[in-house]
Amino acid sequence: MEIQVFGSGCPTCKKLYEMTKQAVLENGLNFEVKHITDVAEIVEMGLLRSPALVIDNEIAVAGRVPSTEELKEIIARHNM
Amino acid sequence: MVIAKNSIFGEALNFFITDSIKIAILLVAIIFFVSFLRSYLPPEKVKKVLANRFEFVGNILAAMIGIVTPFCSCSAVPLFIGFVESGVPLGVTFSYLVSAPMVNEVAAVLLLGLFGWKIALIYVVSGVVIAVVTGVIIGKFKLEGWVEDYVWKIKAGSTAVEDTKILAQRIKEARQYTFNLFKNIYPSVLLGVLLGAFIHGYAPENFLASLAGKGNIFAVPLAVLIGVPLYSNAAGTIPIVKALIEKGLPLGTALAFMMAITALSLPEMIILRKVLKPKLLSVYIAILTVGVIFTGYLFNWVM
Repeated sequence: MEIQVFGSGCPTCKKLYEMTKQAVLENGLNFEVKHITDVAEIVEMGLLRSPALVIDNEIAVAGRVPSTEELKEIIARHNM
Repeated sequence: MVIAKNSIFGEALNFFITDSIKIAILLVAIIFFVSFLRSYLPPEKVKKVLANRFEFVGNILAAMIGIVTPFCSCSAVPLFIGFVESGVPLGVTFSYLVSAPMVNEVAAVLLLGLFGWKIALIYVVSGVVIAVVTGVIIGKFKLEGWVEDYVWKIKAGSTAVEDTKILAQRIKEARQYTFNLFKNIYPSVLLGVLLGAFIHGYAPENFLASLAGKGNIFAVPLAVLIGVPLYSNAAGTIPIVKALIEKGLPLGTALAFMMAITALSLPEMIILRKVLKPKLLSVYIAILTVGVIFTGYLFNWVM
């Protein structure tokens, strides 16, 4: 499973990155979470809002930071 | 402890309690409403609405949509590139870019709670007008060449973003957003109201009238200058401004000050530099500054 957090490096984006890593861990999974800060890549992904969570090239969350519970749920859903 | 109702301290305390409760209720209600409404207007949809629009109509539309859109300065760059890439005219993009941060719901709520609906409406309308004018000017002069060249080379993707949310989910997300935002801004609101209450109680009547009254033509530009570094704290500043108005600060000057806080934010300028060449960034800042100062003079003169 490929997990990416897109964000131009603002505090909110970093928060989502940290929370996602935490959620992956708490789900007992061992995937690397990538933090992508390059604007060109963000735009090429078709994103207009940051931060965003992209799992296997599918935009799961855009423009907001969900709760840890919701993140865990999203990750679990994609891992099935 | 008994506090005499007519003592200065009692009056300041009364002022503090009434305002802080009133603002809390308004903040929660309006932020919730706006963020719920916003879930129907994601930027992906806005982009489609604005693409290939005629200028002017597009500018007005962009500025109106900007009212309900939040603005995290970190989204400015992807949003800008995504818009111009998909055929939203540059001027229309700018109208949106000005209106989104300038007319924000927190500032509007505080104005509504502290000054009443007329001032809140004036603030919103002036913001929209400035956004439209800025966009129309930038569009008229065809300044596309002043956008950083790499912007035009990026191919924007079109990955679909979840937009099939059910109502319960929209409500849940709006509630979460409201709670987080409230938690972040309410402490500074309280501090602002507290300071305002003390100014209300202790500062001499009309002490600003001589200093920054309508007679002083430098008051408006100076207020704008002071407002620029305060960008993150519109919430805490507005209650203080209210107290200052009671002490003789003219309304137009106060309005210019508040607009400068939300519209001319330093971090946003730095971020926009990534996509705008210095010339276009200067034009953008100049139009905004002149617009805000003009609004200040206009309301000092009218009111």
